[in-house]
Amino acid sequence: MARQEKPVDVVLVGLGWTNSIMGMELAQEGLNVLALERGEDRDTVPDFAYPKMADELTYGVRYKLMAKPAKSTITVRHSLTETALPYRHLGSFLPGDGVGGAGTHWNGHTWRPMPEELRLRSYVEETFGKDIIPADMTIQDFGVSYDELEPHFDFFDKVMGVSGKAGNVNGEIHEGGNPFEGRRSSEYPLPPLKRTFNDELFTNVAKEHGLHPFPLPSSNASEAYTNPYGMQLGPCNFCGFCERYGCLNFSKASPQTCILGALKQHKNFSYRANSEVLKVELADDKKTAKGVTYIDKNGEEVFQPAKIVIVGTFAYNNVRLLLLSGIGQPYDPVTNTGTVGRNYAYQMMGGATLFFKDKFFNPFIGAGSNATTVDDYAINQIDFAKEGFIGGSYLLAAQTNGQPIRSMPLPAGTPSWGAGWKKATKDYYGHSMSISSHGSNMSYRDCYLSLDPNYTDDHGLPLLRLTFDWKDNDIRMTQFMKGKVEALAKGLNPDHLNISFKDFGAKYDVRPYQTTHNVGGAIMGTNPKTSVLNRYQQSWDVHNVFVLGSSSFPQNLQYNPTMLVGGLAYWTAKAIREQYLKQPGPLVQA
Amino acid sequence: MDSRPDDSRRRFMKGAMWVISASTLGTGVMMAPTANAAPSLTEYKPVFFTPDEWAFVLAACERLIPADETGPSALDANVPIFIDRQMLGDFGQASDWYMKGPFMEGPAELGFQSPLTPAQTYQKGIAATNTYCRQTFSKSFAELSPEQQDQLLTQLQHNELKFDGVSAKQFFDFLLQNTKEGYFADPIHGGNKNMEPWKMIGFPGARASYLEWAELHNVKYPMGPVSLNGDRG
Ligand SMILES: Cc1cc2nc3c(=O)[nH]c(=O)nc-3n(C[C@H](O)[C@H](O)[C@H](O)COP(=O)(O)OP(=O)(O)OC[C@H]3O[C@@H](n4cnc5c(N)ncnc54)[C@H](O)[C@@H]3O)c2cc1C
Ligand code: SF4
Repeated sequence: MARQEKPVDVVLVGLGWTNSIMGMELAQEGLNVLALERGEDRDTVPDFAYPKMADELTYGVRYKLMAKPAKSTITVRHSLTETALPYRHLGSFLPGDGVGGAGTHWNGHTWRPMPEELRLRSYVEETFGKDIIPADMTIQDFGVSYDELEPHFDFFDKVMGVSGKAGNVNGEIHEGGNPFEGRRSSEYPLPPLKRTFNDELFTNVAKEHGLHPFPLPSSNASEAYTNPYGMQLGPCNFCGFCERYGCLNFSKASPQTCILGALKQHKNFSYRANSEVLKVELADDKKTAKGVTYIDKNGEEVFQPAKIVIVGTFAYNNVRLLLLSGIGQPYDPVTNTGTVGRNYAYQMMGGATLFFKDKFFNPFIGAGSNATTVDDYAINQIDFAKEGFIGGSYLLAAQTNGQPIRSMPLPAGTPSWGAGWKKATKDYYGHSMSISSHGSNMSYRDCYLSLDPNYTDDHGLPLLRLTFDWKDNDIRMTQFMKGKVEALAKGLNPDHLNISFKDFGAKYDVRPYQTTHNVGGAIMGTNPKTSVLNRYQQSWDVHNVFVLGSSSFPQNLQYNPTMLVGGLAYWTAKAIREQYLKQPGPLVQA
Repeated sequence: MDSRPDDSRRRFMKGAMWVISASTLGTGVMMAPTANAAPSLTEYKPVFFTPDEWAFVLAACERLIPADETGPSALDANVPIFIDRQMLGDFGQASDWYMKGPFMEGPAELGFQSPLTPAQTYQKGIAATNTYCRQTFSKSFAELSPEQQDQLLTQLQHNELKFDGVSAKQFFDFLLQNTKEGYFADPIHGGNKNMEPWKMIGFPGARASYLEWAELHNVKYPMGPVSLNGDRG
């Protein structure tokens, strides 16, 4: 028999960005809120203190802050007919673990979605006609509009202290920002970060090509800042140990630096680290949840009763927890029935490295989101009918770190070892910059998540199985970007140029890092037949369960997800505070 | 609020002490916290590798990053000491990896699928390579000429040698990865002796503070490296 804990109003499963936001909002409401986090407790001091963080091997290469596949991983296959094999060590994506989640070791690229991306199917159908959407492409609308989310984006900008330059303030286009972005109700809270040499070169060449370069919106603070919760950030010092590391300087926006310090002051909020939730427990009628069962730090099974359960365990973990708990109907790609697991999508990336023998970039002078970008090839700028694909990318010249084990680009053809390799590291370290594309990924009928029939975790529960591969539509998109990136790169006349973009026939490869922007599987929408959650991220089936994170996205944005993930969390919090607490029940009638 | 146990920090301290005690063990002398504290490779006694294996690691590292006028070799940088220490740590023991069966081969894109830990892969890989060398050349790998060693490493890298129970390519991939890690990782991990590899390329190590340098464009950064334990190069 599981030990039973004292009931709470709200139990938060996971304590990353989403549930830190939810914790703050619901604690402010006066509810008794408890967070359960599977990993250890973490804070700037002592866990990220200098010089400990400046250790590439431990954090950058051995992934000290990330999820340990030994405890929790997924299996992967390319198609329905294959046997999936475990993702045995990290590579392609780096899920978080511990208080703060992946928000402690993210880069801080802080993009809002485009208004068109939130209603992608409608936008494509209205603009280009239904016929251009391939039969097996399952893109959908989110069911919530940009205008509805804008106040929440604006607030999350202020919570994180985003540094940037707005391009569209209340419909007025501002020079030096992104002219293609959705309407913003205010300028960024902080000015852009200082510009490094690669920024200067990219800005010049982009302007020569008639493009509109602007500083990447960045959650690495450019100046000292106090956010609406009273949390203080210090100016980022370009330490060069940012993504994959906790910030040693209180500069990178993270749950710790922006929310948790203030949230922990609330007496009605508490959290337990090293507490892994195995299941959301349902009442007999399966219409409500009673609480959750978790394994505590001593390995004991505990039942935690709660009136509301908020699942915020990161994209695909959310899907697994729903499947293990019997919430919603599992998706079956063959019969095209069920919803849980449907519409998994990832991100389509490509890039160029430019080598200049006589230029000094000092790549160790970097911040996680130190970059200049263009959005001229964004989703709302491309004629999909003409180009033959649906999607878009932003292009960026970033300088995030010069850590020499991982960040040692060398001209193509350089030997991988021996005297030639060593000479190349000496000749080329610090003499290169990159231009890359960061793009959307559409969803498809046969790209989905389900429970694996062969592999289990250390509790004997099935691992989650990912069935995913690249599709021609998205390859056409990235090949289009290749042409654009190549032209810009050549415009800078490098001594050597490496170009790497996926081509037709490319298989999804779990080995090289790509992004931790896994999305879908527990998507939001307007129809319970094709979505797991309603427009408030509330389960259609179990009304006191809300599911937060990028699992809600019906397809992937061309951007990094966290602004939308956070904006949606605030949107859901508002719905709970203003509607659900007054009248618990489905917020949308099916 | 639940009290927070200070586990991670304590573990870090323990980890750091382990690094020091392992090198103390190896050299038989107390380490002083100065720039010259790195043990000498010739006096180092491996904690994981047997003498036969150690001879292989020394010889292979010497070919992967050889001595020449460009900069330090893997042996100059104590890379083998780094690799030896990694073997008993989380990496060598695959402590963080999912190592449950069934083990099946699949397309390369589905990644690592071996039942062997990196440490076991080294043991089996070294033994298999030495067996092959003895059968083919009547010598162990370490006794071959540099040209022969280069050729063998190339064959391992391209999976041209088929061994029982271990993949030649997987073995080579770990060896090359760890050699580069030992060359460029902070000296606290046993390699990168005196930060010579960092000096060769111009990486300032753990300085981690460059605000006033960000806007100085196309100017070579002038400061030498600093390591995690405060040594300066
Ligand atoms: C290296 C890296 C770089 C990134 N860079 C960017 C970027 O530049 N811009 C951007 O927008 N996004 C970026 N991301 C993604 C970003 O970090 C995520 O979008 C964001 O952190 C998601 O927040 P979350 O709350 O949904 O999940 P998480 O932050 O992952 O938090 C979920 C928490 O739940 C816990 N948990 C999981 N399962 C259980 C369970 N069963 N019981 C209890 N707890 C559980 C986890 O341990 C974790 O702490 C990056 C991610 C990584 C890894
Ligand atoms: S680069 Fe800036 S924001 Fe990132 S970890 Fe360093 S100081 Fe913090």
